[in-house]
Amino acid sequence: MVLGTYKEVVTARSTDKEIQKIAQDGGIVSALFCYALEEKLIDGAVVAGPGKDFWKPEPMVAQTADEILAAAGTKYTFSPNVLMLKKAVRQYGLEKVGTVAIPCQTMGIRKMQSYPFGVRFLADKIALVTGIFCMENFPFASLQTFISEKMGVSPELVEKMDIGKGKFWVHTADDVLSIPLKETHGYEQSGCKVCLDYVAELADVSTGSVGSPDGWSTVFTRTDAGETVFKAAVEAGVIETKPVDTGKFGLEILTKLATQKKEKAMKEIDRRKSMGLPVPYKASSEKEDPLANV
Amino acid sequence: MLARIKQFLGIGAKPKEVPKEEVEKVAEEKAKPRIGYVHLSGCTGDIMSLSENYDILAELLTNMVDIVYGQTLADVWEMPEMDLVLVEGSVCLQDEHSVKELKEAREKAGLVVAFGSCAATGCFTRYSRGGQQARPDHESFVPIADLVKVDCAIPGCPPSPEIIAKTVVAVINGDMDYLQPMIDLAGYTEACGCDLQYKVVNQALCIGCGTCAMACQTRALTMTDGRPELTSARCVKCGICYVQCPRSWWPADRIKQDLGL
Repeated sequence: MVLGTYKEVVTARSTDKEIQKIAQDGGIVSALFCYALEEKLIDGAVVAGPGKDFWKPEPMVAQTADEILAAAGTKYTFSPNVLMLKKAVRQYGLEKVGTVAIPCQTMGIRKMQSYPFGVRFLADKIALVTGIFCMENFPFASLQTFISEKMGVSPELVEKMDIGKGKFWVHTADDVLSIPLKETHGYEQSGCKVCLDYVAELADVSTGSVGSPDGWSTVFTRTDAGETVFKAAVEAGVIETKPVDTGKFGLEILTKLATQKKEKAMKEIDRRKSMGLPVPYKASSEKEDPLANV
Repeated sequence: MLARIKQFLGIGAKPKEVPKEEVEKVAEEKAKPRIGYVHLSGCTGDIMSLSENYDILAELLTNMVDIVYGQTLADVWEMPEMDLVLVEGSVCLQDEHSVKELKEAREKAGLVVAFGSCAATGCFTRYSRGGQQARPDHESFVPIADLVKVDCAIPGCPPSPEIIAKTVVAVINGDMDYLQPMIDLAGYTEACGCDLQYKVVNQALCIGCGTCAMACQTRALTMTDGRPELTSARCVKCGICYVQCPRSWWPADRIKQDLGL
Protein backbone atom coordinates (compact mmCIF):
# COMPACT_ATOMS: atom_id res chain seq x y z
CA MET A 1 0.00 0.00 0.00
CA VAL A 2 2.12 2.89 -1.23
CA LEU A 3 -0.22 5.55 0.19
CA GLY A 4 -0.21 4.09 3.69
CA THR A 5 -3.21 3.07 5.78
CA TYR A 6 -5.98 5.65 5.73
CA LYS A 7 -9.63 6.05 6.55
CA GLU A 8 -10.54 8.50 3.84
CA VAL A 9 -8.94 10.54 1.09
CA VAL A 10 -10.52 13.76 -0.21
CA THR A 11 -9.64 16.91 -2.07
CA ALA A 12 -9.99 19.90 0.24
CA ARG A 13 -9.17 23.53 0.88
CA SER A 14 -9.52 26.16 3.54
CA THR A 15 -12.64 28.32 3.14
CA ASP A 16 -10.80 31.30 4.63
CA LYS A 17 -9.90 33.77 1.87
CA GLU A 18 -6.87 35.03 3.79
CA ILE A 19 -5.47 31.52 4.21
CA GLN A 20 -6.15 30.73 0.54
CA LYS A 21 -4.12 33.77 -0.43
CA ILE A 22 -0.98 32.91 1.56
CA ALA A 23 -1.10 29.12 1.73
CA GLN A 24 0.97 26.77 -0.42
CA ASP A 25 -2.01 24.91 -1.85
CA GLY A 26 -5.31 24.33 -0.07
CA GLY A 27 -4.12 25.76 3.26
CA ILE A 28 -5.10 22.57 5.06
CA VAL A 29 -2.35 22.69 7.70
CA SER A 30 -3.05 26.34 8.55
CA ALA A 31 -6.82 25.82 8.60
CA LEU A 32 -6.60 22.69 10.78
CA PHE A 33 -4.29 24.31 13.33
CA CYS A 34 -6.33 27.54 13.49
CA TYR A 35 -9.47 25.49 14.01
CA ALA A 36 -7.85 23.21 16.59
CA LEU A 37 -6.52 26.24 18.50
CA GLU A 38 -9.90 27.95 18.40
CA GLU A 39 -11.66 24.82 19.68
CA LYS A 40 -8.90 24.20 22.26
CA LEU A 41 -8.15 20.77 20.78
CA ILE A 42 -4.53 21.91 20.91
CA ASP A 43 -3.03 24.74 22.92
CA GLY A 44 -0.18 25.37 20.54
CA ALA A 45 1.50 24.04 17.42
CA VAL A 46 5.13 23.62 16.42
CA VAL A 47 5.48 25.05 12.92
CA ALA A 48 8.26 26.08 10.54
CA GLY A 49 8.29 29.81 11.18
CA PRO A 50 10.29 32.54 9.50
CA GLY A 51 13.97 32.58 10.51
CA LYS A 52 16.66 35.25 10.53
CA ASP A 53 17.68 34.56 6.92
CA PHE A 54 15.20 34.66 4.09
CA TRP A 55 13.77 31.20 3.44
CA LYS A 56 15.76 29.61 6.25
CA PRO A 57 12.94 28.55 8.58
CA GLU A 58 13.17 28.11 12.35
CA PRO A 59 10.88 25.84 14.34
CA MET A 60 8.53 27.93 16.45
CA VAL A 61 5.64 27.42 18.84
CA ALA A 62 2.52 29.13 17.50
CA GLN A 63 -0.24 29.82 19.98
CA THR A 64 -2.46 32.17 17.96
CA ALA A 65 -3.97 32.11 14.48
CA ASP A 66 -1.71 35.02 13.50
CA GLU A 67 1.39 33.03 14.44
CA ILE A 68 0.11 30.02 12.48
CA LEU A 69 -0.45 32.18 9.40
CA ALA A 70 3.00 33.76 9.72
CA ALA A 71 4.40 30.27 9.15
CA ALA A 72 2.13 29.35 6.21
CA GLY A 73 3.66 28.02 3.02
CA THR A 74 6.19 25.31 2.23
CA LYS A 75 9.90 25.74 2.94
CA TYR A 76 12.17 23.46 0.97
CA THR A 77 14.92 23.21 3.56
CA PHE A 78 15.39 21.97 7.13
CA SER A 79 13.24 23.04 10.02
CA PRO A 80 13.92 20.54 12.82
CA ASN A 81 10.41 20.83 14.26
CA VAL A 82 10.71 17.71 16.41
CA LEU A 83 13.34 19.49 18.51
CA MET A 84 10.78 22.14 19.47
CA LEU A 85 8.18 19.68 20.80
CA LYS A 86 9.94 19.30 24.12
CA LYS A 87 10.29 23.08 24.47
CA ALA A 88 6.59 23.47 23.67
CA VAL A 89 5.77 21.26 26.64
CA ARG A 90 8.52 22.22 29.10
CA GLN A 91 9.01 25.92 28.40
CA TYR A 92 5.63 26.94 27.03
CA GLY A 93 3.76 24.61 29.37
CA LEU A 94 1.52 23.19 26.65
CA GLU A 95 -0.55 20.10 27.37
CA LYS A 96 -1.87 19.39 23.88
CA VAL A 97 0.62 20.07 21.11
CA GLY A 98 0.09 19.99 17.38
CA THR A 99 2.87 19.90 14.84
CA VAL A 100 3.43 19.89 11.13
CA ALA A 101 5.92 17.27 10.06
CA ILE A 102 7.44 15.82 6.93
CA PRO A 103 7.47 12.00 6.82
CA CYS A 104 10.89 11.56 8.47
CA GLN A 105 9.92 13.91 11.29
CA THR A 106 6.70 11.97 11.75
CA MET A 107 8.84 8.85 12.06
CA GLY A 108 10.99 10.47 14.79
CA ILE A 109 7.88 11.53 16.70
CA ARG A 110 6.18 8.15 16.42
CA LYS A 111 9.28 6.22 17.46
CA MET A 112 9.57 8.49 20.50
CA GLN A 113 5.92 7.80 21.37
CA SER A 114 6.29 4.02 21.12
CA TYR A 115 9.74 3.92 22.76
CA PRO A 116 10.17 7.04 24.94
CA PHE A 117 13.47 5.84 26.42
CA GLY A 118 14.77 9.19 27.56
CA VAL A 119 11.80 11.38 26.76
CA ARG A 120 9.71 12.08 29.78
CA PHE A 121 6.03 13.09 29.79
CA LEU A 122 5.91 14.22 26.18
CA ALA A 123 4.55 11.26 24.20
CA ASP A 124 0.96 11.67 25.40
CA LYS A 125 0.95 15.43 24.86
CA ILE A 126 1.28 15.19 21.08
CA ALA A 127 -2.32 15.82 20.08
CA LEU A 128 -2.19 16.36 16.32
CA VAL A 129 0.52 15.46 13.81
CA THR A 130 -0.24 16.95 10.41
CA GLY A 131 2.03 15.28 7.88
CA ILE A 132 2.94 16.74 4.52
CA PHE A 133 3.88 14.86 1.36
CA CYS A 134 7.62 15.01 0.73
CA MET A 135 9.79 13.72 -2.10
CA GLU A 136 13.09 15.09 -0.73
CA ASN A 137 14.55 17.96 1.24
CA PHE A 138 17.36 20.36 0.35
CA PRO A 139 20.21 21.86 2.35
CA PHE A 140 19.89 25.66 2.41
CA ALA A 141 22.93 26.04 0.14
CA SER A 142 21.16 23.97 -2.53
CA LEU A 143 18.23 26.42 -2.52
CA GLN A 144 20.67 29.30 -2.83
CA THR A 145 22.17 27.58 -5.86
CA PHE A 146 18.79 27.15 -7.55
CA ILE A 147 17.62 30.68 -6.84
CA SER A 148 20.75 32.82 -7.04
CA GLU A 149 22.88 30.88 -9.52
CA LYS A 150 20.48 28.96 -11.73
CA MET A 151 17.64 31.51 -11.82
CA GLY A 152 19.61 34.67 -11.14
CA VAL A 153 17.18 35.93 -8.52
CA SER A 154 18.07 37.46 -5.17
CA PRO A 155 16.53 35.30 -2.39
CA GLU A 156 15.06 38.40 -0.66
CA LEU A 157 12.80 38.94 -3.65
CA VAL A 158 11.31 35.45 -3.49
CA GLU A 159 7.73 35.39 -2.22
CA LYS A 160 6.90 31.74 -2.76
CA MET A 161 8.63 28.53 -3.77
CA ASP A 162 6.85 25.56 -5.21
CA ILE A 163 7.48 22.18 -6.78
CA GLY A 164 4.97 20.92 -9.32
CA LYS A 165 4.45 19.88 -12.91
CA GLY A 166 8.05 18.69 -13.11
CA LYS A 167 9.51 22.07 -12.21
CA PHE A 168 10.90 24.03 -9.28
CA TRP A 169 9.10 27.40 -9.23
CA VAL A 170 9.95 30.73 -7.69
CA HIS A 171 7.43 33.56 -7.42
CA THR A 172 8.60 37.15 -7.01
CA ALA A 173 6.41 40.25 -6.83
CA ASP A 174 6.32 40.59 -10.61
CA ASP A 175 7.66 37.35 -12.04
CA VAL A 176 7.27 33.58 -11.98
CA LEU A 177 10.43 31.65 -12.78
CA SER A 178 11.18 27.96 -12.97
CA ILE A 179 13.89 25.40 -13.60
CA PRO A 180 13.25 21.79 -14.61
CA LEU A 181 13.19 19.51 -11.56
CA LYS A 182 16.03 17.45 -13.02
CA GLU A 183 18.32 20.46 -12.50
CA THR A 184 17.72 20.07 -8.76
CA HIS A 185 18.81 16.43 -8.78
CA GLY A 186 22.01 15.80 -6.90
CA TYR A 187 21.32 18.76 -4.60
CA GLU A 188 18.95 16.91 -2.24
CA GLN A 189 20.25 15.65 1.09
CA SER A 190 21.55 12.11 1.07
CA GLY A 191 19.41 10.83 3.94
CA CYS A 192 16.29 11.27 1.78
CA LYS A 193 17.52 8.64 -0.65
CA VAL A 194 16.62 5.74 1.66
CA CYS A 195 13.26 7.19 2.72
CA LEU A 196 10.28 4.92 2.02
CA ASP A 197 7.55 7.38 2.92
CA TYR A 198 6.13 9.91 0.45
CA VAL A 199 2.73 10.66 1.96
CA ALA A 200 3.47 10.82 5.72
CA GLU A 201 2.02 7.39 6.36
CA LEU A 202 2.23 7.72 10.15
CA ALA A 203 0.66 11.16 10.59
CA ASP A 204 -2.82 11.71 12.03
CA VAL A 205 -3.78 13.61 8.88
CA SER A 206 -1.52 13.99 5.83
CA THR A 207 -1.80 16.46 3.03
CA GLY A 208 -0.08 17.74 -0.10
CA SER A 209 -0.74 19.23 -3.49
CA VAL A 210 -0.30 16.14 -5.65
CA GLY A 211 -3.60 14.61 -6.75
CA SER A 212 -5.71 17.75 -6.48
CA PRO A 213 -6.23 20.83 -8.69
CA ASP A 214 -4.36 24.11 -8.08
CA GLY A 215 -5.47 25.82 -4.89
CA TRP A 216 -6.64 22.53 -3.40
CA SER A 217 -4.90 19.77 -1.43
CA THR A 218 -5.24 16.03 -1.20
CA VAL A 219 -5.97 14.99 2.38
CA PHE A 220 -5.69 11.55 4.00
CA THR A 221 -7.24 10.97 7.39
CA ARG A 222 -5.35 8.13 9.04
CA THR A 223 -5.76 7.81 12.82
CA ASP A 224 -8.94 8.15 14.88
CA ALA A 225 -7.64 11.43 16.28
CA GLY A 226 -6.91 12.75 12.80
CA GLU A 227 -10.31 11.76 11.47
CA THR A 228 -12.09 13.39 14.39
CA VAL A 229 -10.40 16.77 14.06
CA PHE A 230 -10.61 16.85 10.25
CA LYS A 231 -14.30 15.95 10.20
CA ALA A 232 -15.03 18.54 12.87
CA ALA A 233 -13.19 21.21 10.86
CA VAL A 234 -15.21 20.30 7.76
CA GLU A 235 -18.46 20.36 9.73
CA ALA A 236 -17.56 23.73 11.19
CA GLY A 237 -17.11 25.02 7.64
CA VAL A 238 -13.45 26.02 7.92
CA ILE A 239 -12.48 23.36 5.37
CA GLU A 240 -14.48 22.43 2.27
CA THR A 241 -14.06 19.09 0.53
CA LYS A 242 -14.89 17.40 -2.72
CA PRO A 243 -14.33 13.84 -3.90
CA VAL A 244 -10.75 13.16 -4.89
CA ASP A 245 -10.07 12.61 -8.58
CA THR A 246 -9.28 8.91 -8.92
CA GLY A 247 -7.93 9.34 -12.44
CA LYS A 248 -4.75 10.40 -14.12
CA PHE A 249 -4.30 13.74 -12.33
CA GLY A 250 -5.63 12.45 -9.04
CA LEU A 251 -4.85 9.28 -7.12
CA GLU A 252 -3.08 7.80 -10.15
CA ILE A 253 -0.31 10.40 -10.20
CA LEU A 254 -0.07 10.29 -6.40
CA THR A 255 0.26 6.50 -6.45
CA LYS A 256 2.81 6.75 -9.25
CA LEU A 257 5.00 9.26 -7.40
CA ALA A 258 4.78 7.34 -4.12
CA THR A 259 5.75 4.14 -5.92
CA GLN A 260 8.64 5.84 -7.69
CA LYS A 261 10.03 7.25 -4.45
CA LYS A 262 9.77 3.89 -2.71
CA GLU A 263 11.26 1.92 -5.60
CA LYS A 264 14.20 4.29 -5.86
CA ALA A 265 14.73 4.17 -2.10
CA MET A 266 14.57 0.37 -2.02
CA LYS A 267 17.22 0.20 -4.71
CA GLU A 268 19.45 2.54 -2.70
CA ILE A 269 18.79 0.59 0.52
CA ASP A 270 19.81 -2.66 -1.17
CA ARG A 271 22.85 -0.98 -2.72
CA ARG A 272 24.04 0.44 0.59
CA LYS A 273 23.49 -2.85 2.37
CA SER A 274 25.52 -4.64 -0.27
CA MET A 275 28.38 -2.25 0.55
CA GLY A 276 28.03 -3.09 4.23
CA LEU A 277 26.67 0.34 5.18
CA PRO A 278 24.08 0.62 7.95
CA VAL A 279 20.45 1.31 6.99
CA PRO A 280 17.66 0.98 9.54
CA TYR A 281 15.27 -0.58 7.02
CA LYS A 282 15.00 -4.15 5.79
CA ALA A 283 16.48 -5.20 2.46
CA SER A 284 13.91 -5.95 -0.25
CA SER A 285 14.64 -9.66 0.12
CA GLU A 286 13.79 -9.51 3.84
CA LYS A 287 10.23 -8.24 3.59
CA GLU A 288 6.91 -9.34 2.14
CA ASP A 289 5.93 -6.01 0.62
CA PRO A 290 9.14 -4.61 -0.85
CA LEU A 291 7.71 -1.07 -0.76
CA ALA A 292 6.57 -1.11 2.88
CA ASN A 293 8.13 1.46 5.22
CA VAL A 294 9.84 -1.17 7.40
CA MET B 1 17.82 -15.25 25.46
CA LEU B 2 14.27 -15.36 24.10
CA ALA B 3 13.73 -18.76 25.59
CA ARG B 4 14.96 -17.54 28.94
CA ILE B 5 12.55 -14.61 29.02
CA LYS B 6 9.72 -16.85 27.92
CA GLN B 7 10.60 -19.34 30.61
CA PHE B 8 10.73 -16.55 33.16
CA LEU B 9 7.27 -15.43 32.11
CA GLY B 10 6.00 -18.98 31.97
CA ILE B 11 4.67 -18.70 28.46
CA GLY B 12 5.03 -20.41 25.13
CA ALA B 13 3.53 -17.94 22.70
CA LYS B 14 2.92 -14.27 23.15
CA PRO B 15 -0.63 -13.26 23.91
CA LYS B 16 -2.09 -10.23 22.12
CA GLU B 17 -3.32 -7.13 23.99
CA VAL B 18 -4.27 -8.68 27.31
CA PRO B 19 -7.00 -6.74 29.15
CA LYS B 20 -6.20 -5.44 32.62
CA GLU B 21 -8.45 -7.94 34.45
CA GLU B 22 -6.75 -10.77 32.60
CA VAL B 23 -3.35 -9.53 33.65
CA GLU B 24 -4.47 -9.33 37.24
CA LYS B 25 -5.92 -12.83 37.07
CA VAL B 26 -2.74 -14.25 35.60
CA ALA B 27 -0.72 -12.36 38.19
CA GLU B 28 -2.79 -13.95 40.92
CA GLU B 29 -2.57 -17.45 39.56
CA LYS B 30 1.10 -17.45 38.64
CA ALA B 31 3.86 -17.28 41.17
CA LYS B 32 4.88 -13.63 41.20
CA PRO B 33 8.19 -12.89 39.49
CA ARG B 34 10.97 -12.41 42.03
CA ILE B 35 12.69 -9.13 41.31
CA GLY B 36 15.95 -7.86 42.72
CA TYR B 37 17.43 -4.39 42.58
CA VAL B 38 21.15 -3.80 42.75
CA HIS B 39 22.43 -0.26 43.17
CA LEU B 40 25.97 0.28 41.95
CA SER B 41 27.52 3.63 40.94
CA GLY B 42 24.65 5.85 39.95
CA CYS B 43 22.51 8.62 41.36
CA THR B 44 19.32 6.64 42.15
CA GLY B 45 17.52 8.64 39.45
CA ASP B 46 16.50 5.51 37.57
CA ILE B 47 14.59 3.92 40.44
CA MET B 48 13.11 7.34 41.23
CA SER B 49 11.83 7.51 37.68
CA LEU B 50 10.24 4.09 38.16
CA SER B 51 8.51 5.34 41.28
CA GLU B 52 6.94 8.17 39.28
CA ASN B 53 4.49 5.66 37.83
CA TYR B 54 2.08 6.45 40.64
CA ASP B 55 -0.93 4.93 38.91
CA ILE B 56 0.51 1.43 38.55
CA LEU B 57 3.07 1.35 41.34
CA ALA B 58 0.88 0.12 44.20
CA GLU B 59 -0.66 -2.62 42.07
CA LEU B 60 2.73 -3.58 40.69
CA LEU B 61 4.48 -3.85 44.03
CA THR B 62 1.65 -5.49 45.96
CA ASN B 63 0.16 -7.88 43.46
CA MET B 64 2.39 -8.37 40.48
CA VAL B 65 5.98 -8.76 41.61
CA ASP B 66 7.91 -9.71 44.71
CA ILE B 67 10.85 -7.47 45.50
CA VAL B 68 13.19 -9.99 47.09
CA TYR B 69 16.45 -8.06 47.19
CA GLY B 70 17.60 -4.45 47.25
CA GLN B 71 19.04 -1.86 49.57
CA THR B 72 16.16 0.06 51.21
CA LEU B 73 13.62 -2.14 49.39
CA ALA B 74 13.98 -5.52 51.08
CA ASP B 75 15.26 -6.39 54.52
CA VAL B 76 17.72 -9.11 53.55
CA TRP B 77 21.49 -9.50 53.67
CA GLU B 78 21.97 -12.64 51.59
CA MET B 79 21.19 -12.31 47.90
CA PRO B 80 18.45 -14.86 47.07
CA GLU B 81 17.71 -16.52 43.72
CA MET B 82 15.86 -14.02 41.50
CA ASP B 83 13.94 -14.21 38.24
CA LEU B 84 15.12 -10.77 37.21
CA VAL B 85 17.52 -8.22 38.60
CA LEU B 86 17.52 -4.54 37.76
CA VAL B 87 21.02 -3.14 38.00
CA GLU B 88 21.31 0.61 38.36
CA GLY B 89 24.67 2.33 38.06
CA SER B 90 27.97 1.44 36.43
CA VAL B 91 30.44 -0.83 38.17
CA CYS B 92 33.62 0.49 39.75
CA LEU B 93 36.51 -1.84 39.05
CA GLN B 94 38.37 -0.74 42.19
CA ASP B 95 35.36 -1.42 44.41
CA GLU B 96 35.57 -5.06 45.36
CA HIS B 97 32.09 -5.04 46.86
CA SER B 98 30.44 -3.73 43.65
CA VAL B 99 32.22 -6.26 41.47
CA LYS B 100 31.26 -9.09 43.81
CA GLU B 101 27.62 -7.99 44.04
CA LEU B 102 27.29 -7.72 40.27
CA LYS B 103 28.85 -11.14 39.67
CA GLU B 104 26.63 -12.66 42.34
CA ALA B 105 23.57 -11.03 40.77
CA ARG B 106 24.46 -12.57 37.42
CA GLU B 107 24.71 -16.00 39.06
CA LYS B 108 21.50 -15.72 41.01
CA ALA B 109 19.24 -13.97 38.52
CA GLY B 110 17.62 -15.47 35.44
CA LEU B 111 17.74 -12.13 33.67
CA VAL B 112 20.04 -9.18 34.18
CA VAL B 113 18.67 -5.80 33.10
CA ALA B 114 20.97 -2.80 32.72
CA PHE B 115 18.57 -0.26 34.18
CA GLY B 116 19.41 3.29 33.14
CA SER B 117 22.33 4.62 31.15
CA CYS B 118 24.98 4.28 33.90
CA ALA B 119 24.50 0.53 33.90
CA ALA B 120 23.97 0.35 30.14
CA THR B 121 26.65 2.69 28.73
CA GLY B 122 28.55 3.99 31.75
CA CYS B 123 26.94 7.38 31.14
CA PHE B 124 28.56 10.29 33.01
CA THR B 125 30.65 7.98 35.19
CA ARG B 126 32.68 7.44 31.99
CA TYR B 127 34.34 10.75 32.81
CA SER B 128 35.72 9.54 36.13
CA ARG B 129 39.52 9.66 36.45
CA GLY B 130 39.74 8.98 40.18
CA GLY B 131 41.62 11.22 42.58
CA GLN B 132 38.51 12.28 44.49
CA GLN B 133 37.66 12.03 48.19
CA ALA B 134 36.82 9.83 49.98
CA ARG B 135 38.22 7.14 47.66
CA PRO B 136 40.88 8.57 45.35
CA ASP B 137 41.51 5.05 44.08
CA HIS B 138 37.97 4.70 42.69
CA GLU B 139 38.86 5.55 39.14
CA SER B 140 37.41 3.10 36.63
CA PHE B 141 33.66 2.90 36.09
CA VAL B 142 32.36 0.69 33.29
CA PRO B 143 28.99 -0.50 31.98
CA ILE B 144 27.96 -3.71 33.67
CA ALA B 145 28.10 -5.57 30.35
CA ASP B 146 31.90 -5.23 30.52
CA LEU B 147 31.90 -7.72 33.42
CA VAL B 148 28.77 -9.85 33.08
CA LYS B 149 26.38 -10.92 30.34
CA VAL B 150 23.47 -8.49 30.15
CA ASP B 151 20.14 -9.66 28.77
CA CYS B 152 18.52 -6.33 28.11
CA ALA B 153 19.12 -2.63 28.56
CA ILE B 154 16.85 0.30 29.29
CA PRO B 155 19.01 3.37 28.59
CA GLY B 156 18.06 6.86 29.74
CA CYS B 157 19.41 9.40 32.18
CA PRO B 158 17.04 8.54 33.64
CA PRO B 159 14.78 6.29 31.54
CA SER B 160 11.37 7.96 31.39
CA PRO B 161 8.63 6.74 33.71
CA GLU B 162 6.68 5.77 30.58
CA ILE B 163 9.34 3.47 29.10
CA ILE B 164 9.62 1.75 32.47
CA ALA B 165 5.84 1.27 32.64
CA LYS B 166 5.72 0.05 29.04
CA THR B 167 8.53 -2.41 29.73
CA VAL B 168 6.78 -3.74 32.82
CA VAL B 169 3.56 -4.22 30.86
CA ALA B 170 5.46 -5.93 28.04
CA VAL B 171 7.20 -8.27 30.48
CA ILE B 172 3.91 -9.18 32.15
CA ASN B 173 2.21 -9.72 28.79
CA GLY B 174 5.16 -11.66 27.42
CA ASP B 175 5.34 -9.16 24.56
CA MET B 176 8.70 -10.16 23.12
CA ASP B 177 8.34 -7.91 20.08
CA TYR B 178 8.27 -4.85 22.30
CA LEU B 179 11.28 -6.02 24.30
CA GLN B 180 13.43 -6.90 21.29
CA PRO B 181 15.03 -3.43 20.89
CA MET B 182 16.06 -3.54 24.56
CA ILE B 183 17.62 -6.95 24.04
CA ASP B 184 19.52 -5.48 21.08
CA LEU B 185 20.55 -2.41 23.08
CA ALA B 186 22.32 -4.63 25.63
CA GLY B 187 25.23 -4.52 23.18
CA TYR B 188 25.32 -0.72 22.94
CA THR B 189 27.82 0.08 25.67
CA GLU B 190 30.05 2.76 24.15
CA ALA B 191 27.72 5.71 23.69
CA CYS B 192 28.39 9.37 23.02
CA GLY B 193 26.71 12.31 21.36
CA CYS B 194 29.29 11.97 18.62
CA ASP B 195 27.58 8.71 17.60
CA LEU B 196 25.20 10.96 15.66
CA GLN B 197 28.09 12.16 13.53
CA TYR B 198 29.75 8.73 13.16
CA LYS B 199 26.71 6.50 12.82
CA VAL B 200 24.13 8.80 11.22
CA VAL B 201 25.61 11.83 9.45
CA ASN B 202 28.77 10.05 8.25
CA GLN B 203 26.62 7.14 7.06
CA ALA B 204 24.45 9.36 4.84
CA LEU B 205 21.40 8.76 7.01
CA CYS B 206 20.67 12.08 8.75
CA ILE B 207 17.53 13.88 7.61
CA GLY B 208 17.70 16.81 10.04
CA CYS B 209 14.44 16.00 11.82
CA GLY B 210 15.66 17.20 15.23
CA THR B 211 14.60 14.12 17.22
CA CYS B 212 18.09 13.72 18.71
CA ALA B 213 18.20 17.31 19.95
CA MET B 214 14.69 16.93 21.36
CA ALA B 215 15.64 13.72 23.15
CA CYS B 216 18.95 14.92 24.62
CA GLN B 217 18.45 15.08 28.37
CA THR B 218 21.25 17.54 29.03
CA ARG B 219 20.72 19.99 26.14
CA ALA B 220 24.07 19.03 24.69
CA LEU B 221 22.62 19.05 21.17
CA THR B 222 21.41 21.84 18.97
CA MET B 223 20.58 21.77 15.28
CA THR B 224 22.77 23.80 12.93
CA ASP B 225 21.97 23.87 9.22
CA GLY B 226 19.82 20.80 9.67
CA ARG B 227 22.42 18.67 11.40
CA PRO B 228 23.01 17.89 15.09
CA GLU B 229 25.77 19.90 16.71
CA LEU B 230 27.22 18.55 19.94
CA THR B 231 28.48 20.60 22.84
CA SER B 232 30.67 17.82 24.14
CA ALA B 233 31.16 19.46 27.55
CA ARG B 234 27.45 18.92 28.19
CA CYS B 235 27.26 15.35 26.86
CA VAL B 236 26.92 12.66 29.56
CA LYS B 237 27.33 9.77 27.12
CA CYS B 238 23.92 8.31 27.92
CA GLY B 239 23.26 7.30 24.31
CA ILE B 240 19.69 8.60 24.22
CA CYS B 241 20.18 10.79 21.13
CA TYR B 242 21.25 7.82 19.03
CA VAL B 243 18.70 5.48 20.62
CA GLN B 244 15.82 7.85 19.74
CA CYS B 245 17.09 8.71 16.23
CA PRO B 246 14.62 7.34 13.65
CA ARG B 247 17.61 6.30 11.54
CA SER B 248 19.34 4.12 14.16
CA TRP B 249 16.67 1.40 14.37
CA TRP B 250 13.12 1.48 13.14
CA PRO B 251 10.27 -0.26 15.02
CA ALA B 252 7.76 0.02 12.16
CA ASP B 253 5.35 -2.72 13.22
CA ARG B 254 5.07 -1.55 16.80
CA ILE B 255 4.39 2.02 15.73
CA LYS B 256 1.60 0.94 13.37
CA GLN B 257 0.10 -1.19 16.09
CA ASP B 258 0.24 1.68 18.59
CA LEU B 259 -1.43 4.03 16.09
CA GLY B 260 -4.07 1.50 15.08
CA LEU B 261 -2.88 1.59 11.46
